[in-house]
Amino acid sequence: MIAAYLVLLIPLIGIIFFALAGHRDDTGKLNVRFNGICLLATIWLAINVLNQGTIISSGKAFLIDPFNVYLIVLTAFVGFTTSIFSAPYMAHEKEIGKLTDGRLKLYHSMFQGFMLAMYLVLTTNNMGIMWVAMEGATLATVLLVSLYRTPESIEAAWKYFILCGVGIAQALFGTILLYYAAVQIGDGENALLWSVLYQNAGKLNPEILEIGFVFMLIGYGTKIGLVPLHNWLPDAHSEGPTPMSAVLSGLLLNDALYAVVRNKMLVDGATHSSMAGFLMMGFGMLSFLVAAVLLHRQKDIKRLFSYSSIEHMGLMTFAFGIGGPLATFAALLHMTVHSLTKSAIFVTVGHAAQLAGTQKMERIRGLIRTQPKIGWGLLIGTISIAGFPPFGVFTSEFLVLLATMHSYPWLTLPLLLGIGIAFAGLFRHIQPMVYGDKPKDQKPISANLWPVMIHLALVLWLGLAIPGFLAHWFSQATLLISGSTPL
Amino acid sequence: MNIEQLDFYTQAILSMAALVGLTSFLMLGQGRLLRLIFVFAMQGFLLTLTTVLAAYSLNNPHLYISAVLTLALKVIFIPWMLRRQVVQMNMHRDIEALKNNTAVMLGGAGLMVFSYYVLHPIVQSSSVVMLNALAVSLSVMLLGMLLMISHRQAIAHVVGFMSIENGLFFAAIVSTNGMPLVVELGVAFDVLVAAVLFGIFFFHIRTSIDSLDVDLLNKLHEVDK
Repeated sequence: MIAAYLVLLIPLIGIIFFALAGHRDDTGKLNVRFNGICLLATIWLAINVLNQGTIISSGKAFLIDPFNVYLIVLTAFVGFTTSIFSAPYMAHEKEIGKLTDGRLKLYHSMFQGFMLAMYLVLTTNNMGIMWVAMEGATLATVLLVSLYRTPESIEAAWKYFILCGVGIAQALFGTILLYYAAVQIGDGENALLWSVLYQNAGKLNPEILEIGFVFMLIGYGTKIGLVPLHNWLPDAHSEGPTPMSAVLSGLLLNDALYAVVRNKMLVDGATHSSMAGFLMMGFGMLSFLVAAVLLHRQKDIKRLFSYSSIEHMGLMTFAFGIGGPLATFAALLHMTVHSLTKSAIFVTVGHAAQLAGTQKMERIRGLIRTQPKIGWGLLIGTISIAGFPPFGVFTSEFLVLLATMHSYPWLTLPLLLGIGIAFAGLFRHIQPMVYGDKPKDQKPISANLWPVMIHLALVLWLGLAIPGFLAHWFSQATLLISGSTPL
Repeated sequence: MNIEQLDFYTQAILSMAALVGLTSFLMLGQGRLLRLIFVFAMQGFLLTLTTVLAAYSLNNPHLYISAVLTLALKVIFIPWMLRRQVVQMNMHRDIEALKNNTAVMLGGAGLMVFSYYVLHPIVQSSSVVMLNALAVSLSVMLLGMLLMISHRQAIAHVVGFMSIENGLFFAAIVSTNGMPLVVELGVAFDVLVAAVLFGIFFFHIRTSIDSLDVDLLNKLHEVDK
């Protein structure tokens, strides 16, 4: 349990430290260290859970089970590698005069604030605190989206703030309804604890929970980026600094989905109907298809990949909605590989945009001739996210397809169609950027592509052979969510 | 249900629900920013009264803490901050021409009916009073959204946003006698931070488009034209 407290304490110290210390030349490196230590703490926590099973803290405030512990490690890992990328990237942004010391101070402090909110969403046992932390994540990142202070970035941040704020208010209403159902059967102060709710799920009033779940899905769904509540996502991703896009796409969306799944587990226990699952399948499929089509019409490289994020989040929501052990396993795997791949892509995209001096795709050309590392990184990342074998995304998408074929055969068709459309949308934009003619005065920049290579190697590894302990882990989480295991 | 047979507390809650709902409608049709802020502060005050009432009648001391928080945040701090912005921007004499005011008001009434419809299933398991309270809170939330849609000033958007929070808060007080204290403190903290951030944003928006009319924030599109 000490490990869990450490995981929360380290970013908290980070916020205060960066806010007080101000920006210095080595702040980026210190940020890497904070995230590195946090990663070690999460690994320690994971080993504890692997040995002891589910841990509940003495005051019942925190709950670590196989489902959230792997997301905690994933969060820490992506946070760590993104901070490695962030250090030279932000230094370069300062060099070219886009940022000042004061804003870098804000950036590093809020980076830690965002990490703290993410860890809190994942570790807390209290559904109310989960909401508070989710809203906290919005508040921490909203000023980072407008970090460059351009009119576009301020518009994006305002949209993000208002849409996510209003959206997540719906989730609070859902939480209040959940609490209302819970106080009818039990004690007040503990009634919002997930562990208590889960034990008594069968006794909760199904009507109230059904209404509550609709609000939860809309609320947290805004943060997942489900269509038609997705408008903030491409704006916030494209206008903010690139490391922020990487963590938003790789972590925030996952954690919002995590919150929905936690609630779905309660609702399923109370209603014994597939209402929650059908809602998730419907919204998931809609987001998946709409985002796949919208991919074709983008001109900004970061917007392109944020639509790809919406598409993948839709697929995961769909898979969790199907709900059987195979689909749940696939969704968990897809969460992991999507986070790793998408954050790797955003890192590469950040370098490509710095190289070309713009995010407009029609002016990014000849990456592979100017700087092969970046060109190959972008190409392999795209191949991986489009779902080519042997990468992990292929495995998880294939499993989702299998599960769909098993439960709802006629839905396989729109799924395959969507994957095809998205694939075409990505490649028609990526191909000329990677292979096109190199502009005359384009010169290589200093780029650190280690995070990208590590992420993509991990995704490749997950695609070729999922290591035993990880498979065990996933199946434990699947067992928890769906009641049985596919392995 | 016969109103006279209910106890004093329940009757008071019902009137409070009606008044809170009324303030939402008043805000919806208000084109003057200063009056909008005043009505918003009134709504906050009604919430404080409801909380104190619940704390006293149900003998639940932790609700006094949330009453103080509501008073400080929703009645004093946020209206004060918004008012200062309006005066600084010299917008206190402007009347915003609301488009389709009649349609918006009718839509608001429709949303209220819709809230009753959505929450009707819970009547089976709880009292009619609870249905009223929850339906009013849901409609306060929806009216808050409608307020944001129908007004163009960023300040009106913040008022709408905060009145959505008010609706949530009312639901929490009436249906469950307040959330657990730790959650309530967390929510209050979030609201406070959000209010401060809104203040910062007004400054940024003003320096970027020289106005607080959010219709001018129109550079980003879903698909590029």
